[in-house]
Amino acid sequence: MPRAIRTQRKLLTTAVAWFVGLLIFFPILWTFLTSFKTEAEAVANPPLFLNFDWTLENYAVVQERSDYLRFLWNSVFLAGGSTLLGILVGVPAAWSMAFVPSRRTKDILLWMLSTKMLPAVGVLYPIYLIFIRLGLLDTRVGLVVVLMLINLPIIVWMLYTYFREIPGEILEAARMDGANLRSELLYVLTPMALPGIASTVLLNFILAWNEAFWTLNLTAVDAAPLTAFIASYSSPEGLFFAKLSAASTMAIAPILILGWFSQKQLVRGLTFGAVK
Amino acid sequence: MGQIRLEQVTKSFGEVQVIQPLDLTLEDGEFTVFVGPSGCGKSTLLRLIAGLEDVSSGRILIDGKDATALVPAKRGLAMVFQSYALYPHMSVRRNIAFPLRMARMSRAEIDRRVEEAAEVLNLREYLDRRPGQLSGGQRQRVAIGRAIVREPAAFLFDEPLSNLDAALRVGMRMEISELHKKLGTTMIYVTHDQVEAMTMADRIVVLQGGIIEQVGSPLELYQRPCNQFVAGFIGSPRMNLIEGPEAAREGATTLGIRPEHLRLSRSEGPWEGTVGVSEHLGSDTFLHIHGIPGCDPFTVRASGEVDLRHGDAVFLTPDRARLHRFDAEGRRIE
Repeated sequence: MPRAIRTQRKLLTTAVAWFVGLLIFFPILWTFLTSFKTEAEAVANPPLFLNFDWTLENYAVVQERSDYLRFLWNSVFLAGGSTLLGILVGVPAAWSMAFVPSRRTKDILLWMLSTKMLPAVGVLYPIYLIFIRLGLLDTRVGLVVVLMLINLPIIVWMLYTYFREIPGEILEAARMDGANLRSELLYVLTPMALPGIASTVLLNFILAWNEAFWTLNLTAVDAAPLTAFIASYSSPEGLFFAKLSAASTMAIAPILILGWFSQKQLVRGLTFGAVK
Repeated sequence: MGQIRLEQVTKSFGEVQVIQPLDLTLEDGEFTVFVGPSGCGKSTLLRLIAGLEDVSSGRILIDGKDATALVPAKRGLAMVFQSYALYPHMSVRRNIAFPLRMARMSRAEIDRRVEEAAEVLNLREYLDRRPGQLSGGQRQRVAIGRAIVREPAAFLFDEPLSNLDAALRVGMRMEISELHKKLGTTMIYVTHDQVEAMTMADRIVVLQGGIIEQVGSPLELYQRPCNQFVAGFIGSPRMNLIEGPEAAREGATTLGIRPEHLRLSRSEGPWEGTVGVSEHLGSDTFLHIHGIPGCDPFTVRASGEVDLRHGDAVFLTPDRARLHRFDAEGRRIE
C-alpha cells in the first residue's frame, strides 16, 4: 500500500478513536463542569460550556450538608473488604478447578456465572429478611459479605483463567520439592499468578465501589457508601444539578484516579491468555 | 539407600488400564531406563513411583517401606521434568534452595548446599539470574541442581533431554551419567530414545502397552531380545525382520538380523538385491536394499565409505551366529 494512503488511513482511525473516546467521556466531563456552575447556570438553555462563573460553592455546600469522608471510608471499606474476602475464597476455589478438575467443574463454573444473570431485585426480599433477622441491616460487615458473594463468580472465573495458564508441572515440581498445599499456593502459585490476581483485585474493587443496588437497599446511615451519598442529592427537594454533579465528582474521583494509574495493569490482566 | 520395589502395581484412567499388573525391583545405586514408544506407560510408571499419580492397585516400596499412600514430598525422591518446571519468579539460587527451604533447613546449611551444587553443575555465575535468562541446557542443569541438593533416595528423570538440541543432548547425557557415577544414587530415567537408553543405562526396562516386554542390561537386550518388539525397538538402524520361506528354512516365522551383522559383496552371497537409498555418515554407510524376499527395504550397515550406487546389484551374507528366530507370537526361539 502506498505510504500516503496508509497515513491517511491512520489519521482517519485516530480521528474516529478520539471521537468515540470523547463521546464516552463526555458525560463525565459534563458532570465535572456542571459541578463548578451555579444552579441557574447548570440548567441554562442553551447550555454553557466554559463561559460561566467558576465557583467551588457546590463542594462547600455538599461537604457541609453531608460528611463526605465518612461515605468515602465506607466505600473503601466495602470495596476493599469484599475484594480481599473474595480473593481469599476465590484463590483456593480457582486452584481446585484449574488443577484438580472433576467432571462437573465446567458445570459449576457455568452455574456460578448464571447467578449473575438473575436480576438482583429477585432476591432482594429474602436477603432483606435475612439481614433483619441477623441484625446486619446497615452494617458494613453484612454488606461486605453480600458484595463479596455477588462478585465471587467473576473473581473465580478470572482467577481460573489465569491459573489455567500456569503449567501443572511447576506445581508438581513444588510437590516433589516437599511443598505442602499451603506452601504450594503461597510460594509458587500466587507469585506466578500475581499479575492476574492484581487485575482481579482491581476490577473487583471497581465493581464493588460502583455497586449501587445492594448498597442503596441495605444501608441507611452507618454503612452507607458513596453511592448512597450521590443518591441523597438526587431528588426530594427538587433537582439541584450543580450539587448533584459536585457529589458525583467527589464520589467517582477516587476510583477514576485509581483506574487511571492502573489501566496498564488492567488491560494486561483482562487480555491475559488471549495472546500467547 | 534407594531400593524401589513395585508389587502388582496397576493404573487405570477411567475404563482404560494403562499399566497392567507389574512387578519390578530397582536396586540401590542402579541407573534404570524406562524406554518404549509414546503411550507405552513409561511416564505414568515414573509418576506412580513419584507419587504424582495414585496407583489403582498394588504396592510401592521404597527401601523396604510401604510408600504407596505417601504424598510425593514424603517419599524422599527428586524429579527432573521434561519442561524443567523451574519457578520462573525465583532466581537460580532460590530455585535450587527451594526444597531445602521446604525442609526447614538452616540458612547456613542451605547456602552451603546450594554453593556445592552450583559448583558441581557449573552454575556459579548464574546463581542470581532468573530461569528466563538462561539457555535450555543451563535450565536443565538448574533443574538437576534442585534435585541433587536434597540428597534424595533416588532421582527420577522424565524425558529430561527431549527439549534440547542434538549436540547439547549428547553433552548432557554424559553429564548425567557422570553425576550418577559420582553420587552413586539410584536413578530412573524415562525416554523414548533408545540411544539414550543404550548409552546411559545399567538396566533397561522396555515397555509397550503398559506391559514390561523385557528387563536387562543394554547388551542383553541387544544380543538376546526376548521378542520381536524388543528386537525392533533396540538398536539403530532397526533390525531387519524377514518373513516367509527364508524364515521358515531356519525354523522360524520371523527371522531377525541386525544391519551390522551382514557381509556385503558384489559377486556372491545367498541374498540378492539392488541398492536403493544410501545414507553416508562418513564413519558408516547405511544402504537400503530392495528386492530381498520377505523384507523390503532391507538395511545394511557398512563400515566406512562404500562405492555402490543407486541400482547396483549386491549380494548379502548374514552372520549365522547372529540370526534371531521368532515364532508366530513374536517370541524368541532359542
